Amino acid sequence: MDLLNLTIKKIHQGLVNKKFSCLELTKAYLDKIEKEDKNINSFLSVYRDRAIAKSKKVDEKISKGEKISLLEGVPISIKDIILVEGMKCTGGSKILENYIAPYNATCINKLEKEGVIILGKNNLDEFAMGSSTENSGFGPTKNPIDLSRVPGGSSGGSTAAVVANFSVFSLGSDTGGSIRQPASFCGIVGLKPTYGRVSRYGLMAYSSSLDQIGPITKTVEDSRIVFNVIKGKDILDSTSVDKKDSDYSCSSKIKDLVIGVPKEYFIEGVDPGVVNLVKKAIKKYEDMGAKIKEISLPHTKYAIPAYYIISASEASANLARYDGARYGFSKGDNLKDLYLKSRGEGFGKEVRRRIMLGTYALSSGYYDAYYLRAQKVRMLIEKDFKKAFEKVDVIMSPTCPTPAFKLGEKTQDSVQMYLSDIFTVSVNLAGLCGISVPCGSIEVDSIKLPVGLQLIGKPFEENRIMDIAEIMEK
Amino acid sequence: MIKKEEVKHIASLAHLGLTQKELDSMQKNFSSILDYIETLKEADISGVEKAFSERELKNVVREDIQKETPEDKRKKLIDMFPETKNNYLKTKKVL
Repeated sequence: MDLLNLTIKKIHQGLVNKKFSCLELTKAYLDKIEKEDKNINSFLSVYRDRAIAKSKKVDEKISKGEKISLLEGVPISIKDIILVEGMKCTGGSKILENYIAPYNATCINKLEKEGVIILGKNNLDEFAMGSSTENSGFGPTKNPIDLSRVPGGSSGGSTAAVVANFSVFSLGSDTGGSIRQPASFCGIVGLKPTYGRVSRYGLMAYSSSLDQIGPITKTVEDSRIVFNVIKGKDILDSTSVDKKDSDYSCSSKIKDLVIGVPKEYFIEGVDPGVVNLVKKAIKKYEDMGAKIKEISLPHTKYAIPAYYIISASEASANLARYDGARYGFSKGDNLKDLYLKSRGEGFGKEVRRRIMLGTYALSSGYYDAYYLRAQKVRMLIEKDFKKAFEKVDVIMSPTCPTPAFKLGEKTQDSVQMYLSDIFTVSVNLAGLCGISVPCGSIEVDSIKLPVGLQLIGKPFEENRIMDIAEIMEK
Repeated sequence: MIKKEEVKHIASLAHLGLTQKELDSMQKNFSSILDYIETLKEADISGVEKAFSERELKNVVREDIQKETPEDKRKKLIDMFPETKNNYLKTKKVL
């Protein structure tokens, strides 16, 4: 039996029916990582002994005939920006190279309560700033489908680990597309929940009004299982909300479904192969009885610049905590010197660039022209979606304008790199939920590069977009 | 293009120690990002009154009560300090 390509439910059945032990399962994943991750670099740390000890406990429980939960004994990995007590948490940054998390993030507490086995921590762009995982302080992650290409980012280590069968699923974080874009590049499923849905306690803050934790899985079914465990109000995150799933049963039948297709998302510059596959996917829904409606999101072209001003401004404040005094890399003889050297040498290029941009946008004389204007544009983008959702139930688009690009292709041109997130950032700016699911592949140099379909839902309709996305898998 | 003096000023506000070479490349790179971001100026924001979302976000307050941190948690936090003295965080002289 292939232990490495199972869904959560299949693993659960296998464990309960004693087709394999949790120890066998865990070892299979650990061995695979040890053998194959050298070429991919999707893990920054692996905790073999801890995982094996935990798996033995699960086996004991099973042998005693005790009931185990659905997620119990499932080997997973976590983006290295979410704290797991006792494990290193670097945020992909040299400034935190030796930092050990003193407590668990809330989502980790919830998953550990269910009995998951955390194998280790996944690589990422430094502090989640990037779209290719090339900005990691510990070397880039490669796309397991084609090692000359990037896995996307910033959760590229997570998506690479899941598609390479190094872990059953991973948790990522998505500030402007960092779960959905790499899921698209690796041909798997990535969900960005609505802002406030999942507690951010224990997630290193990049842009607090945009950041959200979500599952990176092989199937929509797995995504639903993980999401429904990690969601919910948390007293430790005052922006988390207590909200029931909205009642969408009235139009959950595909015949009643109205799909919005934004004309601004099918423009010149988008790979024709991507357009073709996404249109085909939408046609599939139409053939099943859904209505397709062209919609307009007129402020789309301002989404990326607004996103960069807002996220960089928030980052410049959030990253002030890395001062060389409280934790992490520390260098310097006096106070000023300590700040300048620890931060100047500890942070990588892109992080420094964004701190600079944020500091500039918030500095005296520029606040109105940049930050305030960007916030107002954000309101216009939110309104665009509100208007669209009066007429449609879900919006469909490509997740990304292209399939995975080559390593090094965009590292010299920041703006080109930023444009990779053009279809995903608006979802964060408007506080919506979105999911990327595979919808086919484009053959380049005889390698099939996956393409993702993005489904955008109204706030708190994650389960609805997952229901609709699941149809794509069949 | 943004002036080098201005780049230096921002770096100093941000407490980033940059070498001369880094300042040069930052100046170039930063300018191209700023040029791109200028497109925001075309957006018509005249009708937007509020700059922040009306989503259900409101201030959340709690009682200001001191809570004891368990000793093992305390130790884990202190272990991450670069420098300590008598179990306190030690920093460089401020004055």
